[in-house]
Amino acid sequence: MALIQTIPAPLTPAAATKVLVLRNYVVYRGAWKLFITGFLEPVFYLFSIGIGVGQLIDTFEFHGEAIPYAEFVAPAMLATSAFNGALLDSTYNVFFKLKYEKLYDQMLATPLSTGDIARGEITWGLMRGSVYSAAFLVVMAVMGLTDSWWALLALPATVLIAFAFSAVCMAVTTWMKSWQDFDKITLAQMPLFLFSATFFPVEVFGDGVLRWVVEATPLYRGVVLCRELTTGVVTWESAVSVVYLVAMGVAGLLVVRRRLDALLLT
Amino acid sequence: MISARGLRKSFGDFEAVKGIDVDVRKGEAFGFLGPNGAGKSSTMRMIAAVSPVSGGELRILGMDPATDGPAIRGRLGVCPQEDTLDNELNVFDNLYIYGRYFGIDRATCRQRAEELLEFAQITDKAKAKVEDLSGGMKRRLTIARSLINRPDLLLLDEPTTGLDPQARHVLWDQLFRLKQAGVTLVITTHYMDEAEQLCDRLVVMDKGVIAAEGSPRELIDAHSTREVAELRFGVGEHEALAAKVEDLGERVEVLPDRLLVYSDHGEDVVTAVIERGLQPVATLVRRSTLEDVFLRLTGRSLAD
Repeated sequence: MALIQTIPAPLTPAAATKVLVLRNYVVYRGAWKLFITGFLEPVFYLFSIGIGVGQLIDTFEFHGEAIPYAEFVAPAMLATSAFNGALLDSTYNVFFKLKYEKLYDQMLATPLSTGDIARGEITWGLMRGSVYSAAFLVVMAVMGLTDSWWALLALPATVLIAFAFSAVCMAVTTWMKSWQDFDKITLAQMPLFLFSATFFPVEVFGDGVLRWVVEATPLYRGVVLCRELTTGVVTWESAVSVVYLVAMGVAGLLVVRRRLDALLLT
Repeated sequence: MISARGLRKSFGDFEAVKGIDVDVRKGEAFGFLGPNGAGKSSTMRMIAAVSPVSGGELRILGMDPATDGPAIRGRLGVCPQEDTLDNELNVFDNLYIYGRYFGIDRATCRQRAEELLEFAQITDKAKAKVEDLSGGMKRRLTIARSLINRPDLLLLDEPTTGLDPQARHVLWDQLFRLKQAGVTLVITTHYMDEAEQLCDRLVVMDKGVIAAEGSPRELIDAHSTREVAELRFGVGEHEALAAKVEDLGERVEVLPDRLLVYSDHGEDVVTAVIERGLQPVATLVRRSTLEDVFLRLTGRSLAD
């Protein structure tokens, strides 16, 4: 074997992220069917609750505008699809790679750094969530559930939701010890999904502490942001949600990096 | 290639490496020999620039692992103790994607992956899943993968542990070829035959320190006799009989299942033992090996 001294150009952070996304893409290239379930779940909810239950409800007020119930539920399912997609990869898959496959140990034997791994994996989770959302947004548009050109901005909004959850869930996963610990993730996932003003307005919680708590949860911010965009009622609250989600994602990313340092570079 | 001075590694209160000095020169095969827990793997991880140094000084390829980690790792090949292959990718993609982690372009990665499949003798398994490979094939794939960046320095942590004898010989042959191609090899092992076969120079590590250093021949000459007479008696008799043969060699080592008498003339020892009326169940005269050096230096066998 010829041994010519070739020192490859160092990967920039962007290039390193791209290579890690490529790795995940190659893994899933042959397993696209796995993507379908994540997409179908919110579609089923939209049909059963948004449209089915929606038959029993007249119109609905959102930020002072009357909208059909299906239009109220659809953007919530849009946000949820990003949430689910991001959650899938950044919890179970990351845990498997970290503890069982020792995949990150392999990567760290190369010039890749823990920062690259954090960015690459979170980007992948973000992309998976975004693909679900984009497909769901098409379903909404076809069914006439989008009221405004603002709806186009719902796509970057879902990217943001996927980023925030992907980063925080991966950070939480680095503390997981066994598969049993994932019950706690499910325990957090269900109430977030059911009570983030997904199926009924936040006003139901009254004006007390409970409402404030709900309004401070991340999926609520995502749901409201999507709803404001698809119904075209954009308010100052939208900006709050954007800042909230960006901050959450960046914080998660930094924690992931530090945790990977602590776990793998011993 | 590698220079360590007073190198230390501790995990909390436990000190795995207690100040070692090591120099590895270009083109040589250098070995870390020692039992499990001697600090070999901790040393290897520090050299691989994935484990921060706790104390002392370490330079790899002239660089400091604390600040130039990625640059160092770009020129290293690492073959870890366990086969940490990517089980979600097929055999070819294991090589191809790994190459991409180094920033090697697509065409070069593809070409090298094909070359390395051939080198590892697994070309026909290119599209197979990793889990369908035999242990020997996985090991060869791990080594092939560590060569994708054409490293200047190849680190092999117990490369043949868990392989059958045939697979070991195939692997040794491949490591010889790499050495001939000019790759510097650093190998840890607890097999003395492997160290004798592969290493130009080695250090014997025990409990985090270096007990001896030199070529296998030098170590044997310095720490053991030319030959060893192995005497096997009945179960439980060895301890008591040791005193009766003590004067026949330079040194006697008592193992649970046999006595080792160190002497430059092993046959004479066996003859004298029988003349004294002792009746060993079996006798064997052999040349000294690194195992004997290790016994001498640490009072323990390597397999412990």
